Amino acid sequence: MNVPVRQAIADAAPRKMSDWLLRWETILVGLLIVVIAGNTAISPYFLDIYNLSDATYNFSEKAIVALAMALLIITREIDLSVAAVIALASLATGLAAESGAPLIVLLVVGPAVGIVCGAFNGFLVTGIGLPSIVVTIGTMSLYRGLAQVVLGDQVIKQYPKDYTAIGQSYLINWPPLPYSFVIFLVLAVVFAVVLHKTAFGRKLYAIGNNPVAAKFSGIPVERIRFLLFVLTGLLAGLAATLLTARIGSTRPNIALGWELEIITMVILGGVSIAGGSGTIPGVVLAVFILGLITFGLSLINVPGIVISVILGCLLIVSIAGPILVRRLLRGR
Amino acid sequence: MIQFLKHREAALGVIIAAMVAAIGAYAPAFVSLDNIIRVLNDTSILAMLALAQMMVILTRGIDLSTASTLALAGMISASLAQNHPELPVIAYIGLAIVTGIVLGFINGSLISFLGIPPIVVTLGTLAVYRGMIVVYGGGNQVNASEMGDVFQSFPKLSVFGLSTLFWIMVVVALGVWLFLSMTRTGRGLYAVGGNPVAARYCGIDLPRQQLLVYTISGAISGLCGYLWVSRYGVAYSEIASGFELTVIAACVIGGVSIAGGVGSVAGTLLGALFLGVIVNALPVMQITPFWQMAISGAVILAAVVVNARAEKRGVKLILPEARRAAGAAK
Amino acid sequence: MTLSSTSPSPQGGGPVLSLDHICKSFPGVRALNDVSFTLNAGEVTALIGENGAGKSTIVKILTGIYVPDSGEIQVGNSPCSFSSPRDSWAAGIAAIHQETVMFDELSVAENIFMGHMPVSASGLVDWLQMRRRAAELLKRIDADFDPDAKLKQLSVAQKHMVEITRALSHEASVIIMDEPTAALSRNEIDDLFRIIAQLKAEGRAVVFISHKFDEIFRVADAFVCLRDGERVGSGKIASVTEAKLVSLMVGRPIDQVFPKRDIAIGSTVLKVDGLSNATEFADISFELHRGEILGFYGLVGAGRSEAMQCLFGMTPALKGTISLNGKPLSISSPGDAIAAGISYVPEDRQEQGAVLPLGIRENITLASIASHVKNLFVSKSSELQDVRKLGKRLDVRAANWEQQLGELSGGNQQKVVIAKWLAAKPKVIILDEPTKGIDVGSKAAVHDFIGELAEEGLAVILVSSELPEIMGLADRVVVMQEGRIADIFTRGAWSAEEIVATATGAQKVA
Repeated sequence: MNVPVRQAIADAAPRKMSDWLLRWETILVGLLIVVIAGNTAISPYFLDIYNLSDATYNFSEKAIVALAMALLIITREIDLSVAAVIALASLATGLAAESGAPLIVLLVVGPAVGIVCGAFNGFLVTGIGLPSIVVTIGTMSLYRGLAQVVLGDQVIKQYPKDYTAIGQSYLINWPPLPYSFVIFLVLAVVFAVVLHKTAFGRKLYAIGNNPVAAKFSGIPVERIRFLLFVLTGLLAGLAATLLTARIGSTRPNIALGWELEIITMVILGGVSIAGGSGTIPGVVLAVFILGLITFGLSLINVPGIVISVILGCLLIVSIAGPILVRRLLRGR
Repeated sequence: MIQFLKHREAALGVIIAAMVAAIGAYAPAFVSLDNIIRVLNDTSILAMLALAQMMVILTRGIDLSTASTLALAGMISASLAQNHPELPVIAYIGLAIVTGIVLGFINGSLISFLGIPPIVVTLGTLAVYRGMIVVYGGGNQVNASEMGDVFQSFPKLSVFGLSTLFWIMVVVALGVWLFLSMTRTGRGLYAVGGNPVAARYCGIDLPRQQLLVYTISGAISGLCGYLWVSRYGVAYSEIASGFELTVIAACVIGGVSIAGGVGSVAGTLLGALFLGVIVNALPVMQITPFWQMAISGAVILAAVVVNARAEKRGVKLILPEARRAAGAAK
Repeated sequence: MTLSSTSPSPQGGGPVLSLDHICKSFPGVRALNDVSFTLNAGEVTALIGENGAGKSTIVKILTGIYVPDSGEIQVGNSPCSFSSPRDSWAAGIAAIHQETVMFDELSVAENIFMGHMPVSASGLVDWLQMRRRAAELLKRIDADFDPDAKLKQLSVAQKHMVEITRALSHEASVIIMDEPTAALSRNEIDDLFRIIAQLKAEGRAVVFISHKFDEIFRVADAFVCLRDGERVGSGKIASVTEAKLVSLMVGRPIDQVFPKRDIAIGSTVLKVDGLSNATEFADISFELHRGEILGFYGLVGAGRSEAMQCLFGMTPALKGTISLNGKPLSISSPGDAIAAGISYVPEDRQEQGAVLPLGIRENITLASIASHVKNLFVSKSSELQDVRKLGKRLDVRAANWEQQLGELSGGNQQKVVIAKWLAAKPKVIILDEPTKGIDVGSKAAVHDFIGELAEEGLAVILVSSELPEIMGLADRVVVMQEGRIADIFTRGAWSAEEIVATATGAQKVA
């Protein structure tokens, strides 16, 4: 019934069950349950705490970078050079190890190289105003190319024990938690809080939804984007430190193709490639889904490249599915 | 009057010529006829893929799956040759192209009918198409000895001193040029990329255009799949891995704007040639091939910076003196 | 039978096109309600109405961009339905749009023929014929530029001529001109009117959309007036007066539209001296006082918005000084300006003002988010306090404060954008075309509110292209022409003719 007198405007819409059910994160939780159930059914080795702990190795480093990538994509930018940054940072760590640098230097040099690479990307995108996709395709070649120039077809293997221990032992012994996984979890909480609870996070969404209006609202759009490129570089450098410690060697093709896997994590996590939407819990769920599918399939000896077919299909179906469903609902 | 000799293309041509001359001064063997022919042959596949990519980028899209399409089409075509070495070469080429068309059509459908961003779709199919090589071939590779002579010799046949591979590239380039400059649909690609809203007012249908360009991109990638496998004499899951980025680099160097609506056949060919000259010059210059990637990265960055400066839209000219100054500069 | 309100005209030909009971709704808005009218051959019909009255919806329906919910379009005497722009051309309708929407990188000839390029028997584009026909068409309207020139090399007026040529190229029997004079100089407007006369003489029907009454009376034969999506009047232009048209448009007599409040002007708040940049504006100097509403009037493209955006720190200034309450300011970003107490409500609501996918709350606190941070985190309850207060004050209509801004009507969106700027607690507020494209009800509310702001002691700059709005609200009017201040008029000592003449650069009325 229409009431001519205006009512006070509610603070928020009444919560509806259907809204909650249709949330992307809810769908991801469902998917994660299916994956876990499926893996349990497929292999008796899946639900073993040590196996699960080892499984985290194959995604934690990528997942760390995915957190920063999510923020970057939310602000309508992208960084395709992350895997190349990992290669360059790993190389720097290797060179430091060869010259006999102490542990602390080995831990810091990767992130430092990452910061420099990220700052260069950020400068080209925000300082000169170039599209980030082209810039980072260029720096992707440049960074990995530089690693290749220095390394040629050599491999660096002389890493001290105290360094590789970080990649190959647990930070906490029970439950068995590797360094990289703990670092990812801590960073995920920090990122979630920053993105969803602080003024900085609010600004990121404003930039992603309308950069012009954000700029008119006094938000330093370019400076924030620059910071995010540096942050992405930093985390790629950190991932390089962890990855190098884990595998104990540096080759020019280290982390090859990771940029696509990282971006897949972010997009499957519900971050719109057009910017402006997405959540950290979504990305974390997507990380687990992708990581556990990979782990489950490798338990039954599916080759890696076939796993990538399945993950590629999952990416497309997960984006296309909701569009089709919405169309069918509207068409009715 | 002459559309294909605009400033940017001319400048790039001069740079390439200067580069070739400088390399030639250092190593005369580089400018020998044989070597020049080799550079042209070597660059042909990159040039064709770059032309396909250019058409996609014109519509503000991107096709990251070209190298994977190439690899899968090449594999399927090579398997046919392995199992039926008696067929005429057109059958192998045809199968590669048809495979490419199907894969491109899948990309195009997802992009145009479902409206999924091209980068997402082709990122996914990049992984899927390449993985399908293993699913299809069971992880085996097809070696030169298994392909048969017909399959392998065709691109190397010499016509007027140049290989059929080169001539195929010439035909593709002419075809793309004809399509882009002489058909309504081709001109429409520029319109859609330059101003999608205005294009809609002109009755140009973006989804149809997208479906078309991704299918063409697939077809050309498929053709290149056959050419690649027959030229290098091996088909397996890793061929041309990462080549999509070199292809995009050639476009960017050739002045194709990633923002859409700007790009020419001549520029793109020169962009591919530029990279081809660098790749072939390194061994001549006694520089390790490990430099190749870093150099092409630096060149891409230099090219986007230069393009961005050329494209930079000036502020409005409102003051009469500013308008006069701009008029005088013209 | 065609329902027509304009009687068949003796000098014009018969009806060319008629709209019959057209209705069109969008989610939450009824854009057109039962609109009917007829266009006759050899006649110029002015389509008038305020922003948001439904004019552009009609244009989009006639050009096949929108499909009406109900009603019928008849071309000649046969009913037509347009589902794409192609259908609309095929029926002989062509439009010249408000903003030149064309292809900068392509040649003039291609811009003219995009979508219907001549092809030879082989199916290939016939460039020779295209160039020849483009040259012929350009010559017909005395345009003297090369059909091979790239569009980006042309001036705004020349681009307009390309659009007109484009319409001619369709051999259209109906040509729609949507505010074609907005960006043109006086001479260019004369050229345009000459072309319109020629089109009339050729027996075409022209729809002329303009806000400028002098142009309407100069060029139109008939008029159709829309208000809130309905046809509120139509007839021969000779049978009405300007005052009558205005009252039809706004639905009430003009002098009631902008009630001017009596506010005491206080001390100088903002002083701008010699503000210039390289190409857009020069020597912008003025003072703004407490409680004052300072109007900025000029033609579209006179450099008003550019100067204001520079003042707000969006673009760098070449020279000039700005001081606030006697203290010199150094503004290098909008953040600086906001911190200093200057707010700017931008002209383009959708692009520059609102973040449509975000909620009302998030939009309102966007420019003042720092003030809601408690212990590192944003306090939602603190935000909501501000949001409720400002939302009520501006009379925002919404379901709840979390509702997406994009779901609200244009007027309510604009209120939210203004609320955002008030939340930043400014001393000076710059409103750039604050009523552009919003419905009449919201418009009145915004006008009322501007007066209220001044009454509270804010210093207000009102940039507007609507003279009645400026003359109704402002205490003084700065008139800009070609990037410079041409003159400053004071309330009581101005006339509309004088202001318009100054803005267009015509000789001053004695």
